[in-house]
Amino acid sequence: MALDEIKIGGLGASRRRVEDNRFIRGKGNYVDDIVLPGMLHMELLRSPLAHARIKSIDVSKAYEIPGVRLVLTGEMMAARNLAWMPTLSYDTQAVLATDKVRFQGQEVAAVIADDPYIAKDACQAIVVEYEQLPAIVNPFQAMESDSVVIRDDKENQPGNKIFDWEIGDKAATDKAFAEADVVSKMELHYPRSHPSPMETCGSIADFNRATGKLTVYMTSQAPHIVRAAVAMVAELPEHMIRIVSPDLGGGFGNKVPIYPGYVVAILASILTEVPVKWIEDKTGNLISTGFGRDVYLQGEMALRKDGKMLGMRMKTISDHGAFYADAQPSKFKIGLMHSAFAAYDLPAAHLESVGYYTNKAPGGVAYRCSFRVTEAMFFQERMVHAAANDLGMDQAEFRRMNLVKDDMFPYRTAFGFLTDSGQYGKCLDIGMKAIGYDTYKAEQAEARSRGKLLGIGISTMTEPLGAGNSREYDILGIKMFDSAELRVHMTGKAILRTGAMNQGQGHQTTWAQIVAHELGIPADDVTVEEGDTDTAPFGMGTYASRSTPVAGAAVAMVARKIRAKARKIAAHLLEVSEEDIEWELGRFYVRSNKERGVTIQDCALAAYSNMPDGMEPGLENNAYYDPPNLTWPFAAYFVKVEVDAETGVWDVLKVVAVDDCGVRINPMIVEAQIMGGLTEAYAMASMQYQTYDDQGNMIGANYMDYLLPTAWETPGFELHEVVTPCPHHPIGAKGVGECATVAGPAAFVNAVVDALGHLGVRNIDMPMMPNRVYEALTTGKDISGMPPVMMGD
Amino acid sequence: MYPSRFGYEAPKTIDEAIAILDKYAGEAKVLSGGQSLIPVIKLRFAAPEMLVDINGIPGLDYNRVDPDGSIHIGALCRHEDLENNELMEKHAPTIAAAAPLVSDPIVRTRGTFVGSVCHADPQGDWAATMTAMGGHIVAQGPNGTREIAMNDFVIGPFQNTLAYNEIAIEAVIPAPKGVRVGSYLKLERRVGDFATASVAVSLEMNGETVIGAGIALASVGGRTIDATAAAQSLVGNKITPELIAEVAAAVAATAEPRTDHRGSSDYKRQIVKTFVTRILTGLATTSQKAA
Repeated sequence: MALDEIKIGGLGASRRRVEDNRFIRGKGNYVDDIVLPGMLHMELLRSPLAHARIKSIDVSKAYEIPGVRLVLTGEMMAARNLAWMPTLSYDTQAVLATDKVRFQGQEVAAVIADDPYIAKDACQAIVVEYEQLPAIVNPFQAMESDSVVIRDDKENQPGNKIFDWEIGDKAATDKAFAEADVVSKMELHYPRSHPSPMETCGSIADFNRATGKLTVYMTSQAPHIVRAAVAMVAELPEHMIRIVSPDLGGGFGNKVPIYPGYVVAILASILTEVPVKWIEDKTGNLISTGFGRDVYLQGEMALRKDGKMLGMRMKTISDHGAFYADAQPSKFKIGLMHSAFAAYDLPAAHLESVGYYTNKAPGGVAYRCSFRVTEAMFFQERMVHAAANDLGMDQAEFRRMNLVKDDMFPYRTAFGFLTDSGQYGKCLDIGMKAIGYDTYKAEQAEARSRGKLLGIGISTMTEPLGAGNSREYDILGIKMFDSAELRVHMTGKAILRTGAMNQGQGHQTTWAQIVAHELGIPADDVTVEEGDTDTAPFGMGTYASRSTPVAGAAVAMVARKIRAKARKIAAHLLEVSEEDIEWELGRFYVRSNKERGVTIQDCALAAYSNMPDGMEPGLENNAYYDPPNLTWPFAAYFVKVEVDAETGVWDVLKVVAVDDCGVRINPMIVEAQIMGGLTEAYAMASMQYQTYDDQGNMIGANYMDYLLPTAWETPGFELHEVVTPCPHHPIGAKGVGECATVAGPAAFVNAVVDALGHLGVRNIDMPMMPNRVYEALTTGKDISGMPPVMMGD
Repeated sequence: MYPSRFGYEAPKTIDEAIAILDKYAGEAKVLSGGQSLIPVIKLRFAAPEMLVDINGIPGLDYNRVDPDGSIHIGALCRHEDLENNELMEKHAPTIAAAAPLVSDPIVRTRGTFVGSVCHADPQGDWAATMTAMGGHIVAQGPNGTREIAMNDFVIGPFQNTLAYNEIAIEAVIPAPKGVRVGSYLKLERRVGDFATASVAVSLEMNGETVIGAGIALASVGGRTIDATAAAQSLVGNKITPELIAEVAAAVAATAEPRTDHRGSSDYKRQIVKTFVTRILTGLATTSQKAA
């Protein structure tokens, strides 16, 4: 008898997260929980200035403090050729500053001491003499011809421009505009935000002089990439480097890059020959590590008067900070910005992108959708909202007319992506019904007559999740496939390792469910391990919603290899030929006699005790999976708000989210991912941003200024699902971890703009703080750019 | 948290605590709820030599109404103790309204009313509430106790007039002349954020007639703003829409907000005006119903 798949924790089971048992008991093992004998502690001294020449650094007072073992400066790093390191975008980044500091919070020196208190005291005792230079805090300043050159360390870098890139069909787009009845425009800024995981970055570097081996415990989302990079930067042989990522307290893209602190800690351990722990503080994390967004987007849409989209011109101006440290595939300078409008039947499009250096923290990798898809989709849905209004069309009907229809797949987008599946219209219908769209217009008019401002915002999108394929997607040239290795023990229990790296997604839980689905081994019988480069197979790590599409597929594929071998063993045990064997969940049986069968556990035992002649013993294998395409989940989000006309405060009345991410492995985990993403969307729409004053001082350097919503503000979410399986994924799953963060913000902004639509307001840039909404509703004008930072009267 | 090195004492009596403060001559800090002091030490904005933890001193965690109608709040009364508190709802409605708006629930379980007033943060809810209600602080030092009226107690941002060897042991709000009504409104971007603007209103009523009026503002100036003078046109009158409009405009004019990332100075004045209007309109309706 086949097993009940839900009972064994297979596909579709809302199995409780295995990880939670240790997390809620306080028994997680984070990097700061690890204590090694003789370990020293490191603290970084950071620059208080955004742009300044370093005239001198005097560390003598720091050495006077008892317990200080070593003080490292840029000069000492340079002597070992470690003052600069490569970024994930073929640029360089200072490890410890030598010539200049280029952003507030940049790493200037490091103290290694007996405890972190002493290290912090000693940092305060280091005297650095700076000669202040003008700070450039946005790309518009950076592009001015007389602007100071930030990267004067680089040859062939005359100004502050990093890249100039274009994609799409310019001629076809020009033609579309020539034929257009209506041209609608949109211009906005997606503010800088920070992923701010609960756990900051940190590491323990442990260099063992006797064995020559370097072990680094660190909070990395991509440990194998780190190993490769350390091998290149530190010039250590790769087999003598072991990177171990223990439990991660969140990542959201923040923990993909390699940060200066890691490199300094490694050198410190090599020099002191004892382990060196570096745990970043919260402010250090907020001011120096990978931020998200900070892109100015402009565009115009060519439309026929009946509402058909004809063409789209887009331009992006991005602010990368002092070092170009994005992590997008090398052929796409601004990531997958050109995934914009992928859900729409748009005949022609052209995108032009320019990136600049500024005196701000480097990054752009994060958050919760790197590759710039978040900015693309936000712009898309704000543009669509404006276009519908300019045409005098209903928001939902305009989308319905232009969304790709079910029978058009596979669909080649104007920018060249191939979308393969979806039921966009169905998702739209479910969302409209749930939010009460048919009575909304009357409700809004009635509310306005009472002085109340109601608004509904819609956001619909498909996004590319799950890089690769390896033809187009790489990091530093390393192709973006992923891997899984499965060992079935003789009693039928198993251990699975993948090249992905869990940071809250529940891999331990869901990977075991895929094994259960493929082999009928109960999920509880499968141990899942990730993060140790000495044991895990090579993989590109977890970000960009790629784990289920790529590593998850590898799990299914390795399980199928195991099943293929088990089938041979079953034939041997049942004394029939392999062709006469059938499979049902957990069991092989003889086709002619279903009662005669053996379980997968029987086969496992036989693999070690009774294998057929000539068969290699054991039951283990690995699989490297190179996906044929990205996966294309669809999201339709609806937000209803009421705006207080006297204060500009807006309250969320209802949020409806319809997600189609294909087959759901663990529906409970998927729902939690969507709710987390919607919370982040609400956060960015309402309060969460980082900005800089004209001196380059960061506003948002601590959690009093950088606001994360609490349970008190966060609205409730009503979730709905549609399932269109991914046609190329072994179990039909698509990425989902980032959908809500990506599609959510535009739904909130569209709702508030809709509430103010009758006043002539077209755009309010995020964050839509009450004062900005109030200004828009009292003046009827658009509110653009970052909130002003004026500390004087 | 890696603060600078500091000493720690946990005295069992107020006299012991005062003796330690006296010994350190300005280099010691009193620790009660710690919800402002600890973050400041953590960020190394302050590096006191000695922390004098008064949490172990018995008998300071009270809040009570005396037979004469005066309200007394001890130095270890937590914000949370004033939430859903029937005594406050009846005798100090402004406190009852402000209590659930103080920071977030975690802070409220630990932070103290008196500590917040002493911290003298221009954004502090309790300093504004005390000012509107005409309260005073009882300070104890080596030579006994003294009373300090709110306007003499908070003299600037993060500045109070306690001597280095004094401890604020109690906040007192005198008995009202008639029936005390009032409320508190605050605009913040998120629970626990520094507010954009806050308004405390406390009125004393005889039927529908106002016989005493106090209004104070937080977050819209370099210190707590006492707008009581601007509210005096209410006294001797019933609360009418015309009067509300007049007082709201007068109170808004006393605000000294700065333009910053929470909004322009005009916007913050608009919020003050809106909140004064909303509170007084609400109080007018309740007093009509009661009469």
